[in-house]
Amino acid sequence: MTQERILLAHGSGGLMSQRLIDEVFKQAWRNEIMEAMLDGAILQVPAGRLAMSTDSFVITPLFFPGGDIGKLSICGTVNDLLACGATPLYLSTAFIIEEGLPLADLRVIAASMAQTAREVGVKLVTGDTKVVEKGSADGVFINTTGIGIIPADIDYRPQRIQPQDQVIVTGCVGDHGLAILARREGLAFSTPVVSDCAALIQLREIISQYGNAIRCMRDPTRGGLATVLNEIAVQAGVGIHVKEADIPVAPAVQGACDLLGMDPLYMANEGKMVIFVAAALAQSLLNDLRRLPQTQAASIIGQISAETPGMVLIETELGAQRILGILEGEHVPRIC
Amino acid sequence: MDNDVKEYKQHLLRAIQLFSGSVSLMEVCGTHTMAIAKSGIRGLLPPNIKLLSGPGCPVCVTSQGDIDAVIVMVQHKDIILITFGDMMRVPGTHSSLQEERSRGADIRIAYSPLDALRVARDNPDKEVVFLGIGFETTTPTIAITIEQARREGLNNFSVFSLHKVVPPALELIFSDSEIKVDGLLCPGHVSAVIGVKTFGSLARKYHKPCVVTGFETLDILEGIYMLLQQLKKEEARVENQYSRVVKPEGNPIACQSMERVFQPVPARWRGLGMIPASGLQLREEFSDMDARKRFDIPEIEEIPIKGCACGEVLAGKITPLECVLFGQACTPLNPVGPCMVSHEGSCAAYYRYIPTKGRS
Repeated sequence: MTQERILLAHGSGGLMSQRLIDEVFKQAWRNEIMEAMLDGAILQVPAGRLAMSTDSFVITPLFFPGGDIGKLSICGTVNDLLACGATPLYLSTAFIIEEGLPLADLRVIAASMAQTAREVGVKLVTGDTKVVEKGSADGVFINTTGIGIIPADIDYRPQRIQPQDQVIVTGCVGDHGLAILARREGLAFSTPVVSDCAALIQLREIISQYGNAIRCMRDPTRGGLATVLNEIAVQAGVGIHVKEADIPVAPAVQGACDLLGMDPLYMANEGKMVIFVAAALAQSLLNDLRRLPQTQAASIIGQISAETPGMVLIETELGAQRILGILEGEHVPRIC
Repeated sequence: MDNDVKEYKQHLLRAIQLFSGSVSLMEVCGTHTMAIAKSGIRGLLPPNIKLLSGPGCPVCVTSQGDIDAVIVMVQHKDIILITFGDMMRVPGTHSSLQEERSRGADIRIAYSPLDALRVARDNPDKEVVFLGIGFETTTPTIAITIEQARREGLNNFSVFSLHKVVPPALELIFSDSEIKVDGLLCPGHVSAVIGVKTFGSLARKYHKPCVVTGFETLDILEGIYMLLQQLKKEEARVENQYSRVVKPEGNPIACQSMERVFQPVPARWRGLGMIPASGLQLREEFSDMDARKRFDIPEIEEIPIKGCACGEVLAGKITPLECVLFGQACTPLNPVGPCMVSHEGSCAAYYRYIPTKGRS
């Protein structure tokens, strides 16, 4: 039996495009706003400030342990909105599909997006599909853009971070980066590593209780935890001092990274948040986070210092202090 | 358990800090350099114990001329080049593999040389060249790959060998009166292949203690402690700290595969110059798979990079901080010399992990 595949004609704008949209996307994403089939989505939004975020997903492989590009494209943008302090409401999506992609794969991806969106409580309200010639893309690229509403009393900004504030990471770091690398390169480890790909929607209920005691949050995706800490240190003009022993890393991830000469602190995460919180409430927030399945491995990893502004320092297990720098170029395994 | 280990590390550290003589120890391997920097050991040592980084990063010791030769090959031949990722950013005189890739050269990063065979099988109408680099640790896997290609009759696969062996470079360092090294932390992975005997001969010949050392913080502390104990007793022998991995005789099967495929030739090392019998070339019976010969790539004259002191750093004559370019003109983002590019380069290790000059 020949497998049905995406053809250039599916992107022509004609009958085949329409059928693709009807049978694959509309079927999966069913909601009244999309079904109006206007040139754009018309949205009812509450008064107040909106957060808006966009991200493009170009991952290889499209399907990986713990998720797929569809789930990732929802989680990524939802987590970015959450990091802004917003409740995510609506998403748009745009697909760039490579000619030859099995239609079945596209169906799985669309269904995975629909399911994730449903779980999170956001609506996919408008979309676009383009098909490019074989070789001009890698399977499928997905862009999602989301908007969410920010409660009136919430103001997350790095500039609000103060000395003594505590830094919390909501779970083990490096899982996604290693899971993708392992799948892409056919590396097999005795303990399989699964991506942490998840929308951190459960976090909303907890953090909403802490108001502006939470100064700022950041989603440590590309470049990993180390990169996010460096960005914040510069933007906030503060020093960040963390302890190696307090940063949660799964033993399988640490072992594989040691073997490859890579550092989990620089590997991507897709379901973690770094939270900067007032010292007085840090322990209480940590206790609350640990009660949730998504964030039960949360840990206070360090604190803010007025010294060494713009720098991140890490205390090693031996008690030495060194720079935790920003990632330069590609993160590649070592030779020997 | 965890607490015991932690306590033992602190105990070792205190014992090391109590050593009274003034000594310079060299860690030969790039992985040691990185582990030392990452754990912060260097900063915890008293000023009378100096740790020098040796010529143990294969990317760093590759001569500028060899890198230029590889670049000439990708510019002029219609090939697929497969390389380990670390080589991508190493600057040649006028370009780098990364730049060549952006100009359209087909250069792919691999994690194992066997990946290159897969590419060769999948592209029977293209020449596929694997850029072979590394010491005794990686060379056996390349040897096995070459033998596998021969068995399969793959006639579109070849290797550009930049492989080197470690002992001749150490011999050179020990015999150079300008370099003061009192003891060696010997490379654990290399020793896992070649065994400990070679280091024993070096220790006796030059009367310097050698300790084959692993790569965990605890291993390195133990290695340093063992070297200091030998120095205190004025002994000079090889000890094996890493016996959980390194057998005294090494790995004979890996050594034999290397010997079947490669033969020693003189090689140019960055900073150390020509060293006899320190490079590895494909033997006559595999010479059709020697990319240098297959594509007739000429030897390229070395043009030194102005101001770059990678050579002195690799020989342990200076630390990266003493190079005028360090942290100013030469950073991991804009590396001038290979020691700043490679993951395991001394300059990169210093830059990444030590809060010091060049930072604002």
